[in-house]
Amino acid sequence: MTAIMNQPIRVENLYKTYGDVNAVKKVSFSVNEGEIFGLIGPDGAGKTTIIRILVSLLRADSGRISFKGRDVAGNTAFVRANIGYMPQRFSLYPDLTVDENLNFFGDLFRIPKAIQIQRKERLFEFSKLAPFKKRRTGQLSGGMKQKLALSCMLMHEPQVIILDEPTFGVDPISREEFWCILKSLAQNGTTVFVTTAYMDEARLCDRVGLIFEGDVLAIDTPDKLLKSFTGSLYRVGSASPHTAYEKLQNNPMFVSVDLFGDGIHITGDQALTVNKIKNEMERLALSYSAVSKIHPEMEDLFLSLMKK
Amino acid sequence: MIAVEVKELTRRFGNFTAVKKVSFSVRKGEIFGFLGANGAGKTTTIRMLCGLLVPSSGQARVAGLDVYTEYEQIKKNIGYMSQRFSLYEDLTVRENIRFYGGVYGLSRAQIKERTEELLSFLKLHEQAHKLTASLPLGWKQRLALSTAMLHNPQIIFLDEPTSGVDPVSRKNFWLLIYQLASEGRTIFVTTHFMDEAEYCNRVSIMQDGVIAELDSPQELKKKYHASNMQSVFMNVVKRAQNEPDSF
Ligand SMILES: Nc1ncnc2c1ncn2[C@@H]1O[C@H](COP(=O)(O)OP(=O)(O)OP(=O)(O)O)[C@@H](O)[C@H]1O
Ligand SMILES: [Mg+2]
Repeated sequence: MTAIMNQPIRVENLYKTYGDVNAVKKVSFSVNEGEIFGLIGPDGAGKTTIIRILVSLLRADSGRISFKGRDVAGNTAFVRANIGYMPQRFSLYPDLTVDENLNFFGDLFRIPKAIQIQRKERLFEFSKLAPFKKRRTGQLSGGMKQKLALSCMLMHEPQVIILDEPTFGVDPISREEFWCILKSLAQNGTTVFVTTAYMDEARLCDRVGLIFEGDVLAIDTPDKLLKSFTGSLYRVGSASPHTAYEKLQNNPMFVSVDLFGDGIHITGDQALTVNKIKNEMERLALSYSAVSKIHPEMEDLFLSLMKK
Repeated sequence: MIAVEVKELTRRFGNFTAVKKVSFSVRKGEIFGFLGANGAGKTTTIRMLCGLLVPSSGQARVAGLDVYTEYEQIKKNIGYMSQRFSLYEDLTVRENIRFYGGVYGLSRAQIKERTEELLSFLKLHEQAHKLTASLPLGWKQRLALSTAMLHNPQIIFLDEPTSGVDPVSRKNFWLLIYQLASEGRTIFVTTHFMDEAEYCNRVSIMQDGVIAELDSPQELKKKYHASNMQSVFMNVVKRAQNEPDSF
């Protein structure tokens, strides 16, 4: 019983339709205390719908979500008081300065002033916004606004935080530092529920749920999910990856071919070898710098599941 | 042929200088990646090049046209997809395209013709009658691109076209970009996804209003002994953040 009472999030047979669109189809999963749980899936897969039901902004057609053992539908105040929620597009007060926005949220969450000051310092390390404390929020760049919104949310440290695409438009360096903050929050017992379009971030979660068209296809630790990747995977380095991709994408020798930065990834059956790929490249007069067998990353897994 | 030529371009807001004497040029048909940390000055630069913001000093020519005096013609020669693309959520896909056709001053017949062309090019036919609000972000992004392409521009500015978009839609979007470039169009694109930086012919990395690096991804990786653009970017920006005076 206490286990259920402490379980931060438990989703059971959740179902939601908009008109004739099944946005969420019988989804079940739970999130444990102190873990970073990532919900990953293509645009329109149902991630935001699940989050909106979770924070009781939307009602499910059937099924339920409970927060610490209580149904979110009948406990709006309890949910809102204990969950920190950052929606996909969060607007701050454009006329307030960076500092004023942070103070505003610090006061709103009733954080003692001394702690507010400490937290602001920590958050400035990530956001790099300290030199712009006095600038009006409306004049910040897109990524700076996003980082300020995240910082405002993190002025309080609720037991559970829900972040819908927190790193939208955030540069690689700040993303790295933001994930350090999430990790340290989780280490101190905070539960983090996050959605993201960055596959390198999916790798940093304790557990990941992969959602497609309203269905959760797999839930596990990133390592275990990667072990479920079937087929053998190769990387072909190329100075013109899109040419290689376009020439090879429908080649019957391969299960699939994908564009990957400065090369392509080729998935094949067990019979495929480095030499066979090299021969095929040479037969088609495609240049390459290297061909090697590689281990799949989250993006490979994501692509393979989406093609099924 | 030079598509974009910039010399010592500068923009101040009050006593803050967002873009500091930036110089570079972009060749016709090139895919030019305009990278940089948040607040580096990318959007500010793009807005000056699109004739939407007046520079404080310096020169810039886009499609041979002067940004100070010929900004009206510039708008007719370029496509611009802004960072928070502005679509009318309560119009359908087709209505959005028609609306922007009007904005660009196309005739009714031209709008009709271009709408069909763009819907097939962007594979949006099945979505044409749907409300924009109901589309997933990846589709909205395609629609935003099509509205920026209505007047058949030769230079296209894309400010973070793929932020928040899933890996499959991003790859498909880049295949569109390659196709546009192969037709001789110039693509000027910003992104925070470093795998996309690899797809560009050349990239610049901006920090605190200054261009800290500019070269092909291959050369930059060599220079920084890096296996990918992610680590090049980390190197360049962290160095610039630690010793801001050297720039
Ligand atoms: N109207 C304005 N008034 C004052 N400062 C401004 C104004 N517009 C932009 N700035 C400042 O100029 C700098 C550059 O902003 P810009 O939007 O060009 O950055 P960016 O490189 O596009 O960043 P991002 O990756 O976050 O989109 C920022 O410090 C921003 O706050
Ligand atoms: Mg910008």
